[in-house]
Amino acid sequence: MFSYTIWIVLIPLFVFLLIGFWGHKFKPVVSGIVGSAGLFTAWILSIFTAYIYFFDVGKVDDVYQQIIGYNVLWLRFTDTLQIDLGVLIDPISVMMLIVVTTVSLMAHIYSTGYLKGEKGFQRYYACLSLFTFSMLGLVVATNIFQMYIFWELVGVSSYLLIGFYYERPSAVAASKKAFIVTRFADLGFLIGILLLSYYTGTFDFLTLTSPTGPAIGTPPAATFIGMSVLTWAMILIFMGGAGKSAMFPLHIWLPDAMEGPTPVSALIHAATMVVAGVFLVARLFPIYITVPIALQLVAWVGAFSSLFAAIIACTQHDIKRVLAYSTMSQIGYMMCALGVSGMGGHEGLGYMASMFHLFTHAFFKALLFLCAGAIIHAVHSNYMYDMGGLRKNLPITHITFLIACLAIAGIPPFAGFFSKDEILVAAYHHDTALFIIEYVVAGLTAFYMFRLYFGIFWGKKQDYQHTPHEAPKSMTIPLIFLALGAMFAGFVPFSKLVTSDRQLFEIHTEWIIAIPSIVIAIVGIGVAWVMYIKPTDIPQKVAHSLHGFYRAAYHKFYVDELYLFITKKIIFNHISKPVAWFDRHIVDGSMNGISFVTNQASDKIKGFQSGQLQQYAMVFVSGAVILALIFIYLWT
Amino acid sequence: MFEGVPLSWFLILSTIMFFVGVYGFLVRKNLITILMSIELILNSVCINFVAFNKILYPEHMEGMFFTIFIIAVAAAEASVAIAIIINIYRRIASIDVEKMDKMKY
Repeated sequence: MFSYTIWIVLIPLFVFLLIGFWGHKFKPVVSGIVGSAGLFTAWILSIFTAYIYFFDVGKVDDVYQQIIGYNVLWLRFTDTLQIDLGVLIDPISVMMLIVVTTVSLMAHIYSTGYLKGEKGFQRYYACLSLFTFSMLGLVVATNIFQMYIFWELVGVSSYLLIGFYYERPSAVAASKKAFIVTRFADLGFLIGILLLSYYTGTFDFLTLTSPTGPAIGTPPAATFIGMSVLTWAMILIFMGGAGKSAMFPLHIWLPDAMEGPTPVSALIHAATMVVAGVFLVARLFPIYITVPIALQLVAWVGAFSSLFAAIIACTQHDIKRVLAYSTMSQIGYMMCALGVSGMGGHEGLGYMASMFHLFTHAFFKALLFLCAGAIIHAVHSNYMYDMGGLRKNLPITHITFLIACLAIAGIPPFAGFFSKDEILVAAYHHDTALFIIEYVVAGLTAFYMFRLYFGIFWGKKQDYQHTPHEAPKSMTIPLIFLALGAMFAGFVPFSKLVTSDRQLFEIHTEWIIAIPSIVIAIVGIGVAWVMYIKPTDIPQKVAHSLHGFYRAAYHKFYVDELYLFITKKIIFNHISKPVAWFDRHIVDGSMNGISFVTNQASDKIKGFQSGQLQQYAMVFVSGAVILALIFIYLWT
Repeated sequence: MFEGVPLSWFLILSTIMFFVGVYGFLVRKNLITILMSIELILNSVCINFVAFNKILYPEHMEGMFFTIFIIAVAAAEASVAIAIIINIYRRIASIDVEKMDKMKY
């Protein structure tokens, strides 16, 4: 039935190979067209899959089925240890297919305009296709090992794309940083996978998450330092998710990753790859629900990250960095929603809300980034203080950016309102402290987004070197499309599509929470209005009155410096250096010693090889004589 | 012709010739002389063959044939050796065996 879905994954792979090997033989624009056309096909297939899954064959007795659309035995070690590759069709993977292919298609189309004339255009499209392939493979993974493989592949393609401008040292440093930080987190992920699979004996998601399976039905009894081994496994797996999703304290790579081209930031570092961590937790949610400690950790890490990032976002001047911190904050929301969720029916509201927010966030955050790209394209600067009064010059960008800001701020009827409201409801019913944090973050979100909006499109007009002009059609069409998504994605009835136990339930807007959340969003917008609609000295005054705190937030709470201190001062000096000394002097030393002894010995005995024929003959004859004597006198 | 000459006389003769050859091989410095010493060694072996054949197995001829072979091979060997010696002489203008130590280590 769903066996064709493998093509959704394979088409981008073929496009990658095609462009990667032969792209440079044709004009750059050919690569763009091939990439976009391939992805368009995948997009159509995904829409088709979603349609027949949700409205036709997916539902049996009002429960969405988990269907293995395609499966192939990839590696076979023993009868019990074997790794499959395949396509798992269930509500969250179908939803992710839609999100990934839509945003990726928009990024592809947008890039034809944004990167026009850049060196390495074909390379860019090859990497973009590789990324799309990896991400699609990740979301349809049937087993945790396949997920891990594609998890690393998205890391690699993210590395390649952040380092697209490889002549710039900052881009090189950023790509390395992103790779190393996520790789460090993936170490935890791998250990978690191994623990989980060792104690349950399977990689398969369906077996792992089945209520009677080896993880949930008969959980392993082993414990380690007072916590069950399952808890440890889930915490370590969450570590991988936190690294990919830029959760505190593994978030340091995300702001730097903005060195990549803006469509890459929109696709990878806003809409798809960074939500892989949320997707991972959602995929293993039935197990998380049985280990409350791990779930609690997910909730608090998410909530803390969202607050932490929102505060930093209020102080940054680089518009892409503001958006990066905003992404981190919104992903914190999703994590928090998963953490406060229960299982089944209305209890599973948080799960549904998290997926809902992931869906809507993909639209408006990709839109924000693409708008930022259009603005940077027009102004040739990333910094807010180089911008102002652009609303006449960039009318389409202005309107779409405003829509995205309203969506992320949670103003009805835009998409963000509905999903954020569900998250707040779920948090409210679970834990008041988390609710208060998320509520404050909602206000901060509205404030920093409108700070950006007013600062860019209103405020004082700058002296631009040449008049900024609206982006070409290839860039504005994706903006308009995504703006429609940001306006209407909120009306998708998620409680009837994507739920924790795959059964349907009714939701109703709780106005007791919705109205305060709208009020705080409007307050945030109002404060931004007062401070940034016209050039005033209020921001300086506020910054001055919050002197120390503002400086700390401006410097991202010195987390980067702390990491540098730990790695350079402590790890390098006290661990790496002794290890290097041991390696050089003990390991290498013993090897060098052996070779030195051999060398000296051979130097000493090489005199035997004198080249004197008669000397050799003498030795030979003496030997023969001695042998003869032995034979004669000693042979018995 | 040699009726009544015991085998041991032949063997003593060939042993003396052999060790004279070995001695010459080991101590003479001239390549030609060394070649001649090798001929002495070969001929001592020939004497052994012929003597054993004549006295121990008079009805067989293998010893004779081997001797003929050895003489033929020795002739070929001598021609090759002299060719080599001439080439060496052309290269280093000497046929002193101690000067030919180019192939050490």
